Amino acid sequence: MAHTKTPSTFQNPVIRWVDDRLPIFTMLSKEYGVFPTPRNFNYLWNFGALALVMLVIMIITGVFLAMQYTPNTEMAFASVDRITRDVNGGWLLRTLHANGSSMFFLVVYVHIFRGMYYGSYKRPRELLWLFGATIYGLMMATAFLGYTLPWGQMSFWGATVITNFFTAIPVVGKAITTWLWGGFSVANPTLNRFFALHYLLPFIIAAVVFLHVWALHVTGSNNPLGIEPKSDKDTLPFHPYYTMKDGFGITVFLLIYAAIVFYIPDYLGDPDNYIQGNPLVTPSSIKPEWYFLPFYAILRSVPDKLLGVVLMGAAVIMIFLMPWLDTSKVRSAKFRPWYQWCFWFLVLDAFVLGDVGAHHPEGIWILLGRVATIYYFGFFLILLPFLGWFEKTLPLPASISESVLGGGKLARADVAAKPMEKA
Amino acid sequence: MSAFRAFLIGGALALAAVASAPVASAQEIEKPAAQDWSFYGVLGTYDRAALQRGFQVYREVCAACHSMNLLAYHDLDGIGYSLPEIKAIAASVQVPDDPDDTGEVKDRPGRPSDHFKAPFANEKAAQAANNGALPKDLSLIVRGREFGPDYIYALMTGFGTAPADMKMAKGMNYNAAFPGHQIAMPPPLSDDRVTYADGTKATLQQEAHDVATFLAWASDPHLEERHRLGARVMIFLLAFSGVMYGVKRKVWSNVHH
Repeated sequence: MAHTKTPSTFQNPVIRWVDDRLPIFTMLSKEYGVFPTPRNFNYLWNFGALALVMLVIMIITGVFLAMQYTPNTEMAFASVDRITRDVNGGWLLRTLHANGSSMFFLVVYVHIFRGMYYGSYKRPRELLWLFGATIYGLMMATAFLGYTLPWGQMSFWGATVITNFFTAIPVVGKAITTWLWGGFSVANPTLNRFFALHYLLPFIIAAVVFLHVWALHVTGSNNPLGIEPKSDKDTLPFHPYYTMKDGFGITVFLLIYAAIVFYIPDYLGDPDNYIQGNPLVTPSSIKPEWYFLPFYAILRSVPDKLLGVVLMGAAVIMIFLMPWLDTSKVRSAKFRPWYQWCFWFLVLDAFVLGDVGAHHPEGIWILLGRVATIYYFGFFLILLPFLGWFEKTLPLPASISESVLGGGKLARADVAAKPMEKA
Repeated sequence: MSAFRAFLIGGALALAAVASAPVASAQEIEKPAAQDWSFYGVLGTYDRAALQRGFQVYREVCAACHSMNLLAYHDLDGIGYSLPEIKAIAASVQVPDDPDDTGEVKDRPGRPSDHFKAPFANEKAAQAANNGALPKDLSLIVRGREFGPDYIYALMTGFGTAPADMKMAKGMNYNAAFPGHQIAMPPPLSDDRVTYADGTKATLQQEAHDVATFLAWASDPHLEERHRLGARVMIFLLAFSGVMYGVKRKVWSNVHH
């Protein structure tokens, strides 16, 4: 039987020997070396790589923190303090990890909004989007579990509030909550399982990231124009063009991360979490970290507990459903004048919800929270499906290269005319 | 359209600023006056003399009721004490030794490896001696309070007579900085409450500033190391991002525009 396998073309004998037996180098070269990538990415396309960097940083710092941490309600708080006080370099590990969760969410939020703006969720990238939304869901679970571990006041009361959501489920709610707690309140068995799960989930995230990237390499990347590459002129090999562009983006991102870690390490945290968790003393206000505040606002926008929990869950599900809620054939918001407005209002809406989530639900905040919640769901359930029917989209360019190079030539020829363009 | 978008983004950023501003309610700390702290700013360091004076205030005044369970005596090398000095400080307290061969537990002088001796055997004893109120552990008090050292300073200097229309609960003291303005702790500091070893005049303000400095250090003993390492990391990353930008420009120079 004819066996037509092309032998490896690598020069290095060791690499060739391995590659003939397991073509991992061929795969790497195909997927990260010559991989054809649209030539017109802007810097928003850095955020996927940034998210991967954060995942790696979180896993590495987390593994080392786990070597010093004690998941016991009597000792957890003191063991975390010991990490920052006595363990060599422990203060750095801990602040990298604690602020790392904020940076991870920041990067992922930009990544998600970028996908929403440029229609990256649309056919044929629906599954890619679903994997991404799954990663986001797993991140939320991981962050919540991890926040419990230092066993400060906000850890304990946050865990109590969130796990109490499950009591809202009719009939079986109470039993489910007892099962989750491993007892009749948030206590030592709860902390133990939260630690086990917090250590487990990041590796599941890593597995879904693998699927996410795999799916990306099947469909290829979307781009700011939202049109598929048609010829070689539309693409560039991933290396060196995007490895270097991502590399630059990563260094700038690390600058911001380092500024927070070294100079304002407590800015994003809650002072109450430097007080040991105490079931007998309720903090004056219980609120989650900033990255959950919009969902917290949606939860509190209705006076009914069950409905609030359902709405909050639905708010996350909306993101999963985007590929099927959006009926427009045009991907990029650049060519969707109406969608563009709706999108920026959604961004504003997310900030409003975050603001509402940070305040006691009283006075103007109640009304603001309800209006913002209505817009949030209105965006997904009304605007997305109906815009596709009546929105008059702008004409799409014939190809990426025509748009980029045509525009480029024009800009070069008319450098002197540029100030006039602005006027 | 772009002006409109800028308006939306501006609005979003303004909201973010509002969201990060503190919210005052009856139970939350009101923003105290900002004091000068040597450890603020990107190059901030602790004032060693102030730390030692602050430790003296803690040891002679606060320690009567407040524990600092998370600190060990050897940690005091961070405020400039030598090992013999630390040994002497530790030896000034008696702590229970391990059981001896007959199973009897005797007291021994403290060692540098011992944690600060707590004034009360347990929380119940602390409450019983303090009219039911529990004196807080001070190990992390600065990081555990909004406005950190400014709040400690305001609390120490905030005692006074209650306004005529305010109804005070029995045994409570008026304090302008404390949430709700009623605190169980009697005024701990006053002019010349301690006699400073270094001859500094012990005004109430000086004592409050010194003890807040000491407690800030206790909450964040690696601040100086963090600031030093931070400067090096930032300079490296700035240079490296400059290099990466150059590399990126070079690589892309043959491609478009």
